Amino acid sequence: MNSPYPWLIVRTRRPALSFKLDHRVPLMTAIALTLTLIILIWNVGTGEYPISPLNVIKTIFGLETGNGDYTFVVNTLRLPRALVAWLVGVMLALAGGIMQSLTRNALASPDITGVTAGASLGAVVLLVVFPAASVISLPAAALSGGLLVAVLIYVMAWRHGDSPIRLILVGIGLAAVLGAAQTILLLRTDIERVQRALYWLTGSVYARSWEHLAALLPWAIVLIPVALFSARHLNALNLGEEVARGLGSAVQWQRALLLLTSVGLTGAAISQVGAIGFVGLIAPHLARRLVGPAHEGSMPVAGLIGGLLVLASDFVGRTLFAPIEVPAGIIIALIGAPFFIYLLWRYRGAL
Amino acid sequence: MATSSILPNRQVPPATRLPPRSLLVLGLPICLGALLLAMLTSIAFGAAEINATTVWQAIVNFNPENTNHLIIQTLRMPRAVTAALVGAALAVAGAIMQGLTRNPLADPGLLGIEAGAAFAVVGAVFLFQINSLGTYAVFAFAGGGLTAIAVYGLGSAGHGGPTPLKLTLAGAAISALLSSLTTAIMLFNQRTLEEVRFWLVGSVAGRDFALIGQALPYLVIGLGLALVLGRQITTLNLGDDIAKGLGQSTVWIKTFSAIAVVLLAGVSVALAGPIGFVGLVIPHVVRFFVGVDYRWIVPYSMLIGGTFLVLCDVIGRVVARPSELAVGVMTALIGGPVFIALVRWKVKR
Repeated sequence: MNSPYPWLIVRTRRPALSFKLDHRVPLMTAIALTLTLIILIWNVGTGEYPISPLNVIKTIFGLETGNGDYTFVVNTLRLPRALVAWLVGVMLALAGGIMQSLTRNALASPDITGVTAGASLGAVVLLVVFPAASVISLPAAALSGGLLVAVLIYVMAWRHGDSPIRLILVGIGLAAVLGAAQTILLLRTDIERVQRALYWLTGSVYARSWEHLAALLPWAIVLIPVALFSARHLNALNLGEEVARGLGSAVQWQRALLLLTSVGLTGAAISQVGAIGFVGLIAPHLARRLVGPAHEGSMPVAGLIGGLLVLASDFVGRTLFAPIEVPAGIIIALIGAPFFIYLLWRYRGAL
Repeated sequence: MATSSILPNRQVPPATRLPPRSLLVLGLPICLGALLLAMLTSIAFGAAEINATTVWQAIVNFNPENTNHLIIQTLRMPRAVTAALVGAALAVAGAIMQGLTRNPLADPGLLGIEAGAAFAVVGAVFLFQINSLGTYAVFAFAGGGLTAIAVYGLGSAGHGGPTPLKLTLAGAAISALLSSLTTAIMLFNQRTLEEVRFWLVGSVAGRDFALIGQALPYLVIGLGLALVLGRQITTLNLGDDIAKGLGQSTVWIKTFSAIAVVLLAGVSVALAGPIGFVGLVIPHVVRFFVGVDYRWIVPYSMLIGGTFLVLCDVIGRVVARPSELAVGVMTALIGGPVFIALVRWKVKR
């Protein structure tokens, strides 16, 4: 931070834009993007049927490789799965970034809106009570459960206006009740179904296809820009409610909109891949550590880190003990938690 | 009354009216009576219909020939005693954690004790095929204790010692790591999942007096420490600087408090498995009635926590007759709504 010009000022006439970025943002963005591309190509080329990186790139762009199998392996099996993993990571990281600033709580993650608890209960009910219907309707059950509970928490926390601290606390209370209901269901069913439910609760991108990506895209296209363009409001809200109001933010509306964005991103992501955790907690922390707390820079970087994390975790989980696949949700915590612990140790004087 | 007791870092509002001392003194025997009454209710309820006279006879005048007396002595009394002890220990551990971290959301789970205990038990079941509650208890206590020490060590690193933020983050990271390892074992080993899934919910059924006897010394030390430290924790709650200014050796008080928490929460998880929400909710309820002085919060948490868990256990047996709901489920089902009502009522900001 000893650079004489710590900020990059971006100002354009048309469209009329003006914002400033931490000077580290372009470099970090470039590094994250490069890493993502390298891992993406490496990931798609690795497996029971290895394909060279050059052929992977050729196949993705539809060029002639002289091997018809490549198209099937790359375009049907591996590429959609990798893209789902990446997109889910981006969405969860942005949702977490929003929640941490909104509640001004370093421990906040998308879970505290109750989306995860609701989606989990929805999925478990379906898996345990209607096992026959589960494959097709699982995402719908999870999504509707998640959104319903998020709304319920907002309503229950409303008392002459909203309040982040009440939201967190009501969220904790309701999540506990839903968790208990889920436990009751899981205790009264046979072990096979318990294991399937556990698999969903861990989160995995196993066998995800273009359909899953297509289900994610509408949410991503609408909500990711909202999250990124809310940086100014997040900066203001992060200073505290009084300051934000003084700076001219319509606090209640901003907060409701941002909350909705976070809920939508989380709900859509986990409805497709199960309750992957930890990304939404750790990616924003890493981003802030790398490029500082201003959201114009930290939000996109958090998104890229989140995408990279899930993509890499799936890659590791898929190849490390092949042919056994370890769900990405487990690998994320196994990689992410030690790294987080290292960060805590490294910056132990600063907290 | 402490209008803002649920808000972070504002445990002590400027104008706090404490109930008069005589009322506080009088309240203790009343709460003790409630606890004993709850335990008697717990002993009287059960699959076999046993009338009140027989229950009383079995306690004061035990006859090993009588089947009903045997049921009371070997099944129901240990169960009621376990529930009371675990509830008391969890509530006191939660109260201390909240005072220590000045974070009203703190509970023993924050130190990773539950995640550590679960990991140790699941790992031991997977590796050594253990299958008795007594062995579970040993691994749970060791796992929970070691994890708490690791979290506390990591959270105390750097100058300034253990700050609430560092402790919280360290607890979250280490818990996440251990939980994912636990999940991985259960996903890939169905036998382990089958074996531990009931233990992981938290229950006080089937515990015997031998197990309680092993746990008792740790509990007594933990509760004793907590009672002695009450005054110091109240001062610590004003903030580190003020406590130091008043001549407190904050490092030692924090260390002894942490030891008390580890003993109490470790023994709880060893006896009953991971039970959530008691340590979080009960201290809030207590603080609402007795104010912010930990010399009173600790004994009241002990009695009300014990009563709460015994009642949860009774209700869990009544609502799902002839089978039962584990007490770990009941604490969340009952404590959750109470907590939400408390939040709506008291958090004005």
